Amino acid sequence: MTLDKLTIGNRGRITNVGGEGALRLRFLDMGLIPHTEVKMQKTAPSGDPIQILIRGYELTLRLEEASKIEIEEIE
Amino acid sequence: MVFALAGNQNSGKTTLFNALTGSNQHVGNFPGVTVERKSGEVKDKKDVTIVDLPGIYSIRPYTQEEIVSTDFILNEHPDGIINIVDATNIERNLYLTLQLLELMVPTVVALNMMDEVRENGGSIDVEKLSELLGVPVVPIAAAKGEGVDELLEVAVSTAAKKQLPAVYDFCNDGGAVHRCIHAIYHLILDHAEKLGLPCRFCVTRLIEGDGDMDERLGINQNEKELIEHCIVEMEDSTGLDRNAAMADMRYNYIEGAVAESVVKSQESKEHRRSVAIDRILTGKYTALPVFFIVMFLVFWLTFNAVGQRMSDALAAGIDLFTAAVDRGLVAYGINPVVRSLLIDGIFAGVGSVLSFLPIVVTLFFFLSILEDTGYMARIAFVMDSLLRKIGLSGRSFVPMLMGFGCSVPAIMATRTLSSDRDRKMTILLTPYMSCSAKIPIYAVFAAAFFPKHAALVMIALYVTGIVVGILAALLFKNTLFRGKPVPFVMELPNYRLPSAKTVALLLWEKARDFIERAFTIIFLGSMVIWFLQTFDSRINVVSDSADSMLALIGRYIAPIFGPLGFNDWRVATSLISGFTAKESVISTLAVLLGTSIDSLGSVLSQLFTPLTAVSFLVFTLLYTPCVAAVAAVRRELNSGLKTLTVVISQCIIAWIVAFAVYTVGGLIL
Repeated sequence: MTLDKLTIGNRGRITNVGGEGALRLRFLDMGLIPHTEVKMQKTAPSGDPIQILIRGYELTLRLEEASKIEIEEIE
Repeated sequence: MVFALAGNQNSGKTTLFNALTGSNQHVGNFPGVTVERKSGEVKDKKDVTIVDLPGIYSIRPYTQEEIVSTDFILNEHPDGIINIVDATNIERNLYLTLQLLELMVPTVVALNMMDEVRENGGSIDVEKLSELLGVPVVPIAAAKGEGVDELLEVAVSTAAKKQLPAVYDFCNDGGAVHRCIHAIYHLILDHAEKLGLPCRFCVTRLIEGDGDMDERLGINQNEKELIEHCIVEMEDSTGLDRNAAMADMRYNYIEGAVAESVVKSQESKEHRRSVAIDRILTGKYTALPVFFIVMFLVFWLTFNAVGQRMSDALAAGIDLFTAAVDRGLVAYGINPVVRSLLIDGIFAGVGSVLSFLPIVVTLFFFLSILEDTGYMARIAFVMDSLLRKIGLSGRSFVPMLMGFGCSVPAIMATRTLSSDRDRKMTILLTPYMSCSAKIPIYAVFAAAFFPKHAALVMIALYVTGIVVGILAALLFKNTLFRGKPVPFVMELPNYRLPSAKTVALLLWEKARDFIERAFTIIFLGSMVIWFLQTFDSRINVVSDSADSMLALIGRYIAPIFGPLGFNDWRVATSLISGFTAKESVISTLAVLLGTSIDSLGSVLSQLFTPLTAVSFLVFTLLYTPCVAAVAAVRRELNSGLKTLTVVISQCIIAWIVAFAVYTVGGLIL
């Protein structure tokens, strides 16, 4: 599944980081790297962007951006 | 001795910069871009200068901020780097550190917010971390001033000894990345040394494929193929592409270093508190109401209760002072033209702009609090989906909203935007938000021509401004600012109390900047307008304002407004004088029509029909911003030519829209 599909409150582990150019590098620089654990925190009132917890800090990204990140859900 | 201060956004960099330099700061731009460059001398060591680089997460050549930071370090050869690291968020912060170490400049890591780490029961083995990073590490708490003196001492001695980073091999597992980096390293070492560039940095750039590093190094085709071969081999055996492999290597090293030196605290109370606050401030049902209440309060306090009151008081003070000087000059018997220059030109011009100062300062007081507490990032989060449609991100909302009060502080507020592209685009759009100085114009005309629907006319004008702004944004998005939109991916920092010192220094800086401009560009502008108003084309002092050069110019350009329905030199002249301040459109019209502002409405029908009045209002709404706003645009865009383009294109857009309104209106009526 992709990161944008993660239910609020659930956790996942990144398996692949997609995207291109500046966006992809930004992902990598911010620590979105395969094997990293993420937790879906909430969405903005309009449902987009989303807020995730990663490496101990809060990160926000748009749904479209999050759909480039593949994850496996952790039970 | 010069130090570059580098670090992530929200790492406390500005706080540390202020703690180091106090008020000895100089603010400018990096050459050619609108990225702010701040430098300052250290309080007790005047020979030590700190250059505050923009907050960045990486030194890839992708954003303007990253480029100027890297260029500064590589081209201006600072004696050292002070790299501030947020200890409460150490993994992501150290990512930039590893990249900085490759630049081979004497570096000191300032481990900030150590007080928070300790309070939450965590600890960091500073010596161990220092050993693993190969550079001195100094724990500090910048907000409390703890460890700052020691940091400076260590930085100065590290730079004096020219002590280079001892560790830069972050791929020491002997794996595929390691093999790749070292193979390329040996291949290009000669080239890099010839250029005087740090070799490890060149290797990284080659692998990550950014920029023109291979050309700069003068690498031949043969070598290029070898390098590519090494990279492909690395990709094959790691199963990651080159960029992911490099990022993975860095984060692996960091995770290892953190495991050895950091005892992580439980979830910190700052983070828990932030999550709790966010439940309201970004909550599904509460976010928007809270946002609008906050914005309403800021707007109301700035443009009414506090800022405007102080502005009015200042304006009254300036008037009293002007009157006193005027009496003095009359008593002295000075030449009336000189007196007119001083009183009607300089005092009136600079005085009217100077009276904006309290509004600017008040607005920045609130903006800096929104920014420093961390709420500004949440505004971006909440408002993003709305602004994305016009190619901007949520952060642009606040400056544009402030544009309804006054374009000057609004344009200055674009400094809070983190990307150069968004900043420029927001600067171009802000003038479409009808500023409050135009309200008197709308009010007089609406009362004269549409007494029953005055409010409706006002609202229609505001909406027209917004709609044209949106269209302009869509146009910009697909032309000037096409291509690489900036990724939104953004940190939401923990809420923190703003530091009084940081806020005070920012206000001082903005006030100084504004006063400087009032006495330079606006001073000149007022003199020119005064000159045109006072003399005729033979440089005789005019007795009737209808004979002045300004009126002559008005007559000359009046036909331009023919297609808009108001080919009249008095209207044209009033529009020109509106360039000094929008309020003067009304006062000039009153003077030229030989009446007072109060009874202006009744004589306006000599010049306008209801339809041409609407056409005129639309033109006023959209044409060039006033001189103070233009000066702000010039300052923020850092280019006279671009500013001129803004002025001219707004006049053209205003003409087109007014023409459309007049033509369509004529067909309907």
